[in-house]
Order: sequence, then C-alpha cells, then structure tokens
Amino acid sequence: MSPELINLIIQATFETLFMVGIAAALGTVFGLPLGVFLATSRKGELFAAPAVNAALGMIVNATRSTPFIILVVAIIPFTRLIAGTSIGSTAAIVPLTIASTPFIARLVEAAIREVDGGLIETASSFGASPLQIVFKVLIPEALPGLLLALTLAIVSLLGYSAMVGAVGGGGLGDLGIRYGYQRFMPEMMLAVVVVLIALVQLVQSAGDYLARRVNRRLRHRG
Amino acid sequence: MKAASMNAHPSLVIGEPVEIKNAAARPEAMVRFENISKTYPAYRGKPGVNALQDIDFAIARGSITGVIGRSGAGKSSLVRLINGLEKPSAGRVVVDARDISALTGRELRLAQRSIGMIFQHFNLLSSRTAADNIALPLEIAGWSKADIKARVSELLALVGIADKHDRYPSELSGGQKQRVGIARALATRPDVLLSDEATSALDPQTTRAILDLLANINRELGVTIVLITHEMSVVRQLAKEVVVLDAGRVVESGHVADIFTHPRHPITQSFLAEVTGDSLPVSLASRIVQEPGSHVVIRVQVRGAGAGDTLIARLARELGLDVSLLSARIDEIGGQHVGSLVLGVPLNDSGGESAATRTLAWLSQYQVSAERLGYVA
Repeated sequence: MSPELINLIIQATFETLFMVGIAAALGTVFGLPLGVFLATSRKGELFAAPAVNAALGMIVNATRSTPFIILVVAIIPFTRLIAGTSIGSTAAIVPLTIASTPFIARLVEAAIREVDGGLIETASSFGASPLQIVFKVLIPEALPGLLLALTLAIVSLLGYSAMVGAVGGGGLGDLGIRYGYQRFMPEMMLAVVVVLIALVQLVQSAGDYLARRVNRRLRHRG
Repeated sequence: MKAASMNAHPSLVIGEPVEIKNAAARPEAMVRFENISKTYPAYRGKPGVNALQDIDFAIARGSITGVIGRSGAGKSSLVRLINGLEKPSAGRVVVDARDISALTGRELRLAQRSIGMIFQHFNLLSSRTAADNIALPLEIAGWSKADIKARVSELLALVGIADKHDRYPSELSGGQKQRVGIARALATRPDVLLSDEATSALDPQTTRAILDLLANINRELGVTIVLITHEMSVVRQLAKEVVVLDAGRVVESGHVADIFTHPRHPITQSFLAEVTGDSLPVSLASRIVQEPGSHVVIRVQVRGAGAGDTLIARLARELGLDVSLLSARIDEIGGQHVGSLVLGVPLNDSGGESAATRTLAWLSQYQVSAERLGYVA
C-alpha cells in the first residue's frame, strides 16, 4: 500500500476518533443526568415525577427507534444551525450526539436501577438529600455498570460513525466506501475494517479493565 | 429504672465526652406513638392494607425495647415511622418531644441525624471501605474532613474492628459488616438506634456478640434502642421491654420478664414456646400420662433474684416429701432470673392424692405459678 493511502487511513482514523470521542463525551454529559432521572422518577421514587418520566421515556424510545441514517438526514437543518454546515466530521458530531444520548440514558438507567434499593433507604435514614443520594450512593455504586455502559456506547458510536461517512462525515467508514467500494480497492476496505476491529477491541478491553478496577463487590485486595 | 440508666453515663469508650443534658428537663418518653394508624392505599390491582391500627404506646429514654411479630405484623412500618421514612395515615409520632411525622424536607433530614438505623442485610456501600462507609452520614451532615477522620477512628474502635479500616464490605464477615453498620448508625451521635432485624442474617454465635455490643452501647452511651425481630431469643437476650405486634395491633406489652412468665395472648405464647421451657424434654413428655402413677408431675414457673434456688429444698423439708426434679431450666430474661422446674411429687408414701394438693397449696403462697401436667409411672 502506498504511503499516500496509509496517510489517508491515519487521517481517517483521527477523524473517527475525533467524532466518536466528542460525541461520546457530549452523549455522556446529556445522557447521564437523563438516565439518572429516568431511573429515579417513577411513582414513589427519589424524584417522583411519573408524567415527566413517561414523556421523556417516549422521546427516548422514539429517538432510539429511528434508523440512524434517517436521523442523520432528517436533522440536517438542525445540524446546520449548530455546526454551521452539514458536511464533515464536525457536523457529524451533531447526529452522533443525538443518537448516543438516549442510548446512553437507557444504559445509565439500567445500571442505576441495579443499585440495591436498601441503600437508598439507608441513606435517607440518616438524612441524605435526594441529590446527595445520587452523588454519594447511586453513581458510585453503579460505577462499574456505568463504565461498561459507556464502553458499549463508544463501540456503537464507532459503528454509527461509519454511517455518517455516507453523507460526507469523513472518517474510516467514509474512506472504506469511497476507496474500498466505489474505487474497487479491496486492500483499502480490508485495512479500514482491520483498524475498526482494532479500535473496538481496544475500547472494549479498556472498558472491561476499568470496570473491574472499580468493582468492589467481588473479593478484591489491594 | 429509666433514671438509673440515664445517669449511668460514665466512662465512655469513645473520646469526646457526650453532653449530659439535665435529665429533669427532658421528657421521659424518647418515642411516643399517639393513636397511630397506617394504611397503604390500593395500588395496581392490589387491595389496600391496614398495616397498623390503634398504636398507642411510649418508649422510655435509655431503654431497650423489642418489637416482636410475625412477618407482615407491621413491625417494619412501625420502626420506619420513628425515623420518618414512613408517615402515619393518622396520629402522631413524637420523638424527643418533636412531632417527627409532621416534619418534611430539610427539617426532617436534620431530625433524622439524631436517629440511627441498622439493617438485616447491613446495607453497606460496596464501593466504600469500612471507614468510608462510616464516614458517609458525617459527610452528609457536612462535617469537616479532619473531624470525620477522628470520629471514624473512635467508632471503629468502639465496635471492635479498628483493624478493618481499609477493608471493603466484600472482604468482611457478616458480623464485621454489622459492626460497620452499627458504627455508621452511631456516627452522628444519635439518641435513638433502630434495629431492623439486625441479627436475622447472622449465625447464633455472631448474633450473641452483636447483641452484647448493642447492650454495651445502650449502657455506655445511653442510646435508646428499638429493635424489631421475629425471634424471641433476641428479645430475651437484649430487651428490657417488649411490644408484641399482631396484624397491625399491639396485642401485649410490658417488661420482658413479666411477659415471659405470664404471656396472655396466644401469639406471645407461641413465640415463647419457641425459645423456652414450655416444651418439656421429649423423653419426659412421652412418659407423662393422665392415669394415676407413682408421681404427680407439677410444673412450677419461678422468677426473681435467686429464683427457685431453695424452693425444692424447702418444699421437701416442710412437707416431708421426697420431691424429685424431673427437668429444670433457669434463664436470665430482662435482667431477671426466670426458671421452669418440673417436679415429681410421690403419691404412695404420703397419703395418695393429698400430696399433690398439699404441694400446690404450699406453692401458692410464693410468687410462682404451678400447674399439674399429669402423672408418671
């Protein structure tokens, strides 16, 4: 493979990392509080607001059931409003964030619901406020699950980021389609797939490692 | 008795001296239930439940009160009314002269700091070490880092696990976890400690150690302890007062020693049968018959200091009977000796039935209850 092509792959890899990294960070910023709220706002819960919970749940479900490629196209005006353009890696961050937020929120909700309800009662019994319960009990106790959720979200975003290539988003997916598929360069397609597999592998291993580190529920010493 | 335990505030194990407030200025009752009822409304097709009805009693300051009942009797609801985790449907719960059932939000949270609670399953945060678990209520109360550190060390020493400072709950045994739970409950120096089946998940030996620790805490710190349990043995070992709950109502209450010797309600009797001498040794029970034999079998229940210690000797001497002791058991319950003696009174050598009648008449002049069980051959 020529140095030019290798350069293209390196550049596309950075574009992918940029898109996925920013979208995952923003998705967490929006998805984490949303997920915590979804997990604590049903009837009788910490921030009980059943109507708001149901409404947010429906919005989350609607966003999650929209095929990503349709979402990308459908929100082009919004993307342009936010990013100033609808083409390129920076613009691609908008749909990636919008798709990852409800996904992360549901994963966060599941992780928070895993926390033993007895711990909430315990913290209430010594006078903890709802926010103190979230920050001192729920999030620390759910941390292993939250890290695995974030890992899963990043891996999914790697897949989504390949799709934004189709609408000029740049990155590895874009490279694979344009060179590997449209210009009949199977070795390019292979290289892109190998890099993507390596990235997924890396992210998953890192996530598993961190989740294990913070999990004190099992044995553990030192 | 209350006054005595209040003044008994002497050598505290933990550092800072606890302020001894003027006893006269403080109400006698630490917790008072006033005409409480608690109803859970119908929800998702399940009918409503009357969890508690007509609850009206007081828990004395510095006492150890056991609330016993079968599961579903309402004891969990009762104990959660004390720290405001649940609100009564009617009536008031007054804790230390304050109507806790009327408090909400920040006021309630402040009041909750003076009421500690321990749980059957310990409810420790798996993500925090023993020390950090104990620190949690102090963090929530806004203590400084330095104060928290000093207080946590005191508490770990108080509950006897100073060496487990940096251990995570997954590295501790059940008894050690409950010690962390107790230290955490005591962190903010509460006046009341609520125990929700705190020993039900522990083996008998560990249970004994934890109950001893709670008794010490009551004695040394003067903390009022309210424990709910379904085990009479726990009440017997630790409590001075007992409240028996059944189907949401108090069916019997009083001093543990009184209830143990004179249980009136069938529920109480069934609880007692599980722990004490009501059940005769199998070998003896199988020998008792209703047709006259060589001995009349009389069960005598005695209590008080030195319960029954010279009773048999005096009985034998004064009535001239060769009384035999078929079975005996003496326990210490609520600080009193409580004994159950099964005597065999010989019929042949001293004039037939009259020996049994004379024995019962002689026993009736003492503070004992005696009953005829039958005969042995």
